[in-house]
Amino acid sequence: MLRRLTLILGLLIGLASLESQPVWADDANIVLKRLATDNYGDIETGITALAASGIASSEAVLNALADSRLSYRPSDKAIFFKDASGQWIDAATNALPSEQPTGLKPVKVNNRVRRALDAALGSMTLLSADPQKRMAAADAVFKSRDATTLVALDSVIAKETDPVVRQHFEEARAAVLILKPDASETDRVGAAEKLGQRGDQDALALLNSVTEANASFVVVAAASLAAKGISRRLALLSTAQNAWYGLSLGSVLLLAAIGLAITFGVMGIINMAHGEMVMLGAYTTFVVQEIIRSKAPSLFDWSLPIAIPLAFCVSALVGLLIERTVIRYLYGRPLETLLATWGVSLMLQQAVRSAFGANNREVGAPSYMAGVWNLNGFQITYGRLWIILFSLAVFLALLGVMRGTSLGLRMRAVIQNRRMAAAMGIRTPVIDALTFALGSGVAGIAGVALSQIDNVSPNLGQSYIIDSFLVVVFGGVGNLWGTLLGALSLGLANKFLEPIAGAVLGKIILLAVIILFIQRRPRGLFALKGRAVEQ
Amino acid sequence: MNSDLTDSILYLDAVSVSFDGFKALNDLSFVVGRGELRAIIGPNGAGKTTMMDVVTGKTRPDKGTVVFDGSVDLTTRDESAIASLGIGRKFQKPTVFDHQTVEDNLLLALEGPRTAFSSLFGWRNRIAVNQILEALSIIRLGDLKDRLAGSLSHGQKQWLEIGMLLAQNPKLLLVDEPVAGMTDAETEETARLLASIAGEHAVVVVEHDMSFVRALNCKVTCLHEGSVLAEGTIDSVSANDRVIDVYLGR
Amino acid sequence: MMAFLFHRFDKASLVFIVALALIAVFVPVLNLAVPDGSTFHIPTYLVSLWGKYLSYALLALALDLVWGYCGILSLGHGAFFALGGYAMGMYLMRQIGARGVYADPILPDFMVFLNWKELPITWYFFDHFAYALVMIILVPALLALVFGWFAFRSRVTGVYLSIITQSLTYALLLAFFRNDMGFGGNNGLTDFKDIIGFSIQAPATRATLFSITAVMLAFGFLVARSMVASRFGQVLASIRDAESRTRFLGYRVENYKLLVFVVSAAMAGIAGALYVPQVGIINPSEFAPDNSIEAVIWVAVGGRGTLIGAAIGAVLVNFAKTWLTGTFPDFWLYGLGALFILVTLFLPKGIIGALAARFGARGKGEAA
Repeated sequence: MLRRLTLILGLLIGLASLESQPVWADDANIVLKRLATDNYGDIETGITALAASGIASSEAVLNALADSRLSYRPSDKAIFFKDASGQWIDAATNALPSEQPTGLKPVKVNNRVRRALDAALGSMTLLSADPQKRMAAADAVFKSRDATTLVALDSVIAKETDPVVRQHFEEARAAVLILKPDASETDRVGAAEKLGQRGDQDALALLNSVTEANASFVVVAAASLAAKGISRRLALLSTAQNAWYGLSLGSVLLLAAIGLAITFGVMGIINMAHGEMVMLGAYTTFVVQEIIRSKAPSLFDWSLPIAIPLAFCVSALVGLLIERTVIRYLYGRPLETLLATWGVSLMLQQAVRSAFGANNREVGAPSYMAGVWNLNGFQITYGRLWIILFSLAVFLALLGVMRGTSLGLRMRAVIQNRRMAAAMGIRTPVIDALTFALGSGVAGIAGVALSQIDNVSPNLGQSYIIDSFLVVVFGGVGNLWGTLLGALSLGLANKFLEPIAGAVLGKIILLAVIILFIQRRPRGLFALKGRAVEQ
Repeated sequence: MNSDLTDSILYLDAVSVSFDGFKALNDLSFVVGRGELRAIIGPNGAGKTTMMDVVTGKTRPDKGTVVFDGSVDLTTRDESAIASLGIGRKFQKPTVFDHQTVEDNLLLALEGPRTAFSSLFGWRNRIAVNQILEALSIIRLGDLKDRLAGSLSHGQKQWLEIGMLLAQNPKLLLVDEPVAGMTDAETEETARLLASIAGEHAVVVVEHDMSFVRALNCKVTCLHEGSVLAEGTIDSVSANDRVIDVYLGR
Repeated sequence: MMAFLFHRFDKASLVFIVALALIAVFVPVLNLAVPDGSTFHIPTYLVSLWGKYLSYALLALALDLVWGYCGILSLGHGAFFALGGYAMGMYLMRQIGARGVYADPILPDFMVFLNWKELPITWYFFDHFAYALVMIILVPALLALVFGWFAFRSRVTGVYLSIITQSLTYALLLAFFRNDMGFGGNNGLTDFKDIIGFSIQAPATRATLFSITAVMLAFGFLVARSMVASRFGQVLASIRDAESRTRFLGYRVENYKLLVFVVSAAMAGIAGALYVPQVGIINPSEFAPDNSIEAVIWVAVGGRGTLIGAAIGAVLVNFAKTWLTGTFPDFWLYGLGALFILVTLFLPKGIIGALAARFGARGKGEAA
């Protein structure tokens, strides 16, 4: 009790000297000398006195004590602490002594001393000029719930002008009060409300620890009311967060599948090398970044915009080559196409492995992809945000090409009635090749985005191929909107299953559900009906 | 129960089917009697093939009644169940099993047990051989019985498919454009064949070739936009003003 | 039964069976009876290697039965193979008994390691060889039955079926990676000691396993051949070539597909069970979709719809794989990839199909 009193007293003195005048070195010496002892009790009271003294070096001394860098000279009880460079500093003058001292003994710390030390440091930083430090100190109090800081808190709350810091102070005060048996009922109810406003997991834990055993009926009721509010808010927040993750995964699936929606969904080609088109796009990004790093590092933020058209071209060219050399001989034989393109995928993987090695390649994130946007507990990483926007942009662009350009018109004509289109003078082989190249190129663009969230390795494509096919089939073959909806709903379903069943089991459940779904509706969500379906 | 229904082999009442808003069949109703030979004519898109799809279980009608043999509801059964009831179908485009011989094609069609297990054991018996020889002689492919069906000419495939229908020995045959790609002589022969098997079996023929329909010499139903436009003898139907407008032309 | 198995027996089949019978006898003799230094001696590691090829051949045979004759391109047959393998592996694990690292008389090492106190129900009775034999066939067959019942009844065909079979094996891959499934997780089952009392390392056991594999391959061939040579096989070919026409003839297409799919899955399960003791390990990577697709290329190389070709293709491709990965490790994937492309483009009937077409030695019941 005495210890507490002295601490509070010290704090009060400290507060009084907040706008304080310099303290004379002699006075400082008197306070400091109290630490020059082996008696833990004396050290403890010394700490409290020092914290309240306003001595310039006090924070440095206390920090040094906390890090076991503090020593004293038994001969004259002078206190020294070691600075970052390893030199002894005289605590009384806060300067290098004329010569380095010898025969020092360390000031020892036990658990009680350490507690006093933490409290002292905490209360000292409550008074810090830096609002960030004040906030951190308040949060430390929130965690320690040290009742001795209460007086100091009351005092700083009254003085604080920054509303955010003030909020933190008040929350810290509430955390102290809520479980303080001798606090008034009004104070404790007020504390419960304050914690309810804070609304996070820590506040919830605190409120839940209020029981009949340690509080009156009124306080318990207030706490449980506040806890309910927090639970509701947290549930809502976690749903929103899951939805966001799901949307994010959905956009990744959309990116991976959208090229396939053209080659498989529209042309009916089972392109097992689709994943490798994505992989080529990712490696193009890697190469672009390597060149920028060595030639023009200042352009690094532009690496992705530069990589996008290049990745499109690389994948589209490879796609064109595959179509001209392999696939065009296999139209109308989907199962054979499947096997041949699987062969292509193996060769592409091996080629990339030979060229770039089997290990993951480092693809960096431009500055605008980094960082988190915190919306009142709801966290949005910029990287994910960009990928969602990007996938939607790619989707709309592709939709635009299919609907609005003459190439798109001719593509659709060939798809719907090849012979009629040929009879009208459309060169169907050219359209086939271009359509396939378009689908492959879009896969390459997807690779640029996926290089930001996945390991860029020769196996990159393999991890997407099954999911991509499922998305296209699930959404309904031949329907771009179906692919969009398929990707988003699978992404959401996956992320909502994950917390319930775990990541792997969730994925398995989802696969099983899709398998069953395809068996119920073999043509997907948006099934075409009528004669057109027959062949 | 009305006598129309009980006396019929095939009874369609107010059958409608639509694909994405397009009404392929629109309140279609007609009746085919037992052993009757009936020709169905109509312009493209009149619903002839869809009608066959509905009867054979390939397409489920949105509404309406389809009854076989006076009592069996067809709308709830699938293709193989309907085929087993005794309804055989020949497709517009001849579909035979290209990689199997003519004889094996007939053998596959032959009336008899169809379950997977029974097919594993027991190969063929003498009766089957006789039936196959009989069918071969009817369709005049006896000399070609060991040829792969894929190597036959278009007309021969048409005949083989008709032979397969006969081997099935169904109560009702649905025949879609049987004489497409046939010479005039073959066409006449086909008409004679179909007319001869009617009586024992009911036969419904969809055909565009008016001389062939005339040669069948039977009741004619003209479909238009998914429902019956006219029905009667070939002379009365072809004299009907609306039939002339939508189909035959002036 | 004999009448069924040897019905419509042709010369090529006879040659195949006799060849298998000969290697089933002579390979063990050359391994065990011929002394080590002799030119005719076959080392034990080769016996096991070729035993592995023959179990792959049985898998290829199973795949050819559904793909070559019924048009079902399963990209998930590796799953049935692996399930059969796991059933055998579980028996072999229980045989280890107290000789494991943790010396638990009942629990396999990995369960002790995971701190499990008792055997999961899935592992009951696997100490009995007969029970394991039943499970080797039953588990893949049941999975095929359930999966096929849903798939064929709702008329999932062609590439859609291929994609969902691939998803099936992918889902199983993920599942078997989990420790709490109780099948050894990542590491799978290994460190086997003996099989029905014989040391699994002993040359005599290995030679016997080889012979059994050759005999099972011959038996599997006879069963498959009899099925496709019967009226059943004729209906299968009809389904492959014109499914809806077959329906209109009154055949219950889904039942035919289901029967052949289940038989094929059981055959793949047996192949997996023969594979595991000769290779000494079974782990979840056997479920990887790549493995199933690789099996498809064996069949394509040998010739789909020829049975013998499928078996020969499996042995040839795996022989090439062993040789290439040994001599030019980087070249194997190029080689395998090129094989996929070249065979589909230039050799659609496979080696045996091409030879048969060349020499016109085609039986009547054989498919094109």
